[in-house]
Amino acid sequence: MDVQLLQDSWWPMWRDAILGTIPLALISFALGLVLALGVALLRLSSRRLLSGIGRVYVSIIRGTPLLVQLFVIFYGLPTIGVTIDPWPSAVVAFSLNVGGYAAEVIRAAILSVPTGQWEAGYVVGMSHARTLRRIILPQAARVSVPPLSNTFISLVKDSSLASLILVTELFRKAQEIAASTTEFLLIYAEAAVIYWIICTVLSFGQDRIEKKLEQYV
Amino acid sequence: MSEPLMSARGIHKSFGDNHVLRGVDLDVRPGQVVALIGPSGSGKTTMLRSLNGLEMPDAGTLAFDGGPEIDFSRPVPAAQRFAARDRSAMVFQHHNLFPHKTVLQNVTEGPVQVRKVPRAEAEARATDLLARVGLAEKRDAYPRELSGGQQQRVGIVRALALQPDLLLFDEPTSALDPELVGEVLHVMKSLADEGWTMVVVTHELQFAREVADEVLFLDGGVVAERGAPAQLFTHPREERTKQFLHRILRPLD
Ligand SMILES: Nc1ncnc2c1ncn2[C@@H]1O[C@H](COP(=O)(O)OP(=O)(O)O)[C@@H](O)[C@H]1O
Ligand SMILES: [Mg+2]
Repeated sequence: MDVQLLQDSWWPMWRDAILGTIPLALISFALGLVLALGVALLRLSSRRLLSGIGRVYVSIIRGTPLLVQLFVIFYGLPTIGVTIDPWPSAVVAFSLNVGGYAAEVIRAAILSVPTGQWEAGYVVGMSHARTLRRIILPQAARVSVPPLSNTFISLVKDSSLASLILVTELFRKAQEIAASTTEFLLIYAEAAVIYWIICTVLSFGQDRIEKKLEQYV
Repeated sequence: MSEPLMSARGIHKSFGDNHVLRGVDLDVRPGQVVALIGPSGSGKTTMLRSLNGLEMPDAGTLAFDGGPEIDFSRPVPAAQRFAARDRSAMVFQHHNLFPHKTVLQNVTEGPVQVRKVPRAEAEARATDLLARVGLAEKRDAYPRELSGGQQQRVGIVRALALQPDLLLFDEPTSALDPELVGEVLHVMKSLADEGWTMVVVTHELQFAREVADEVLFLDGGVVAERGAPAQLFTHPREERTKQFLHRILRPLD
């Protein structure tokens, strides 16, 4: 085993994980959550048209591969004159993707809050919107933390797909080093270890958050 | 006799094929306590919810202070609906306290967020009210840290803090362990003594007998009998009232 190569590639890969993979996942996740809340509310709307739009959106996102979504945005859109740089392309694709998956989580969480909570909101004089914001969403947020943190961990791993649209991140760096050294097994195994460390830390954090939240139900 | 504070006439409500309310009249005068009794499924909850807009009746009218009537057989404008809703406050069977808010926040949520009462003022008033039901030291607790009876007392205080003209109670003690029922009924009795106007759905016949000014026996979606408690409980006129009272008072017979 080439210990020297292992040492030489360890920090460059971490560097691109910290400057590429992690911010890409964080920003996409944050934007995706905002979108997901909107889509969840559309799906819960009593207006047929609105809930239909929400349903179609979720269906398209969940029914197509993320890699294909990424290619449509980065390689497809320039054909009709919309050219987006690699980084923003990846953010758009991942946000849209999280928007579809997290919408279902948020929708289920909102539905899990007992109707009595809505009614109590109305009785103290609140409108539908205010009851949603002050009474329902805080309770739904607690329920959705465990599934949403799973979504986030998946996103960290899926962000490696961005290497295919030339985004500088952990896996792209691995590909570059592997190509120039031809040490494919060593370098890709090393990349896998780095992903594994990041995800393990995240799921450790997830456990702690869940334990904390359990005290509140 | 004084003018009714609230007057409901000919309330009808169906859920699908289930015609639950079939023309119920209910008048409440200021300071009066009306008890609504009747078998399970007779429409008591539905009637109570119709009085404050949680349920939209299919027909009938509702008026406050002899003012303009809401006619349920026509579409009710939201403004009218909210105006009617804000006259009353409901205490639920399962308290429905906000689990993510403290006792104090539960009580001040309506006054501060909706009525725009300054927070300090709302908190001072909430603290007073909590003290009156013996829960002053629980103001910073969360609902899950309270017993069922304490939760229900907070539910009552949350309703009082809205300063409604009319308090609506939907079987506030029926989900409680027997030994906790008394503390809640005590609070309700003291509210009645203070002159609050109340409509109470209850199976606590002793409470109805001692506290109510009028008792309505609801059966099959109609008021089968109404009268002063002394009369209705001791000399019910209707056969079905007799049978109902008998079932509650002597369940083993
Ligand atoms: N939201 C609803 N949807 C469908 N049926 C309902 C609903 N609420 C009440 N009902 C029905 O209306 C009838 C009367 O219910 P309710 O008013 O709760 O009776 P009570 O409080 O006297 O026990 C019952 O048959 C019940 O199943
Ligand atoms: Mg009921």
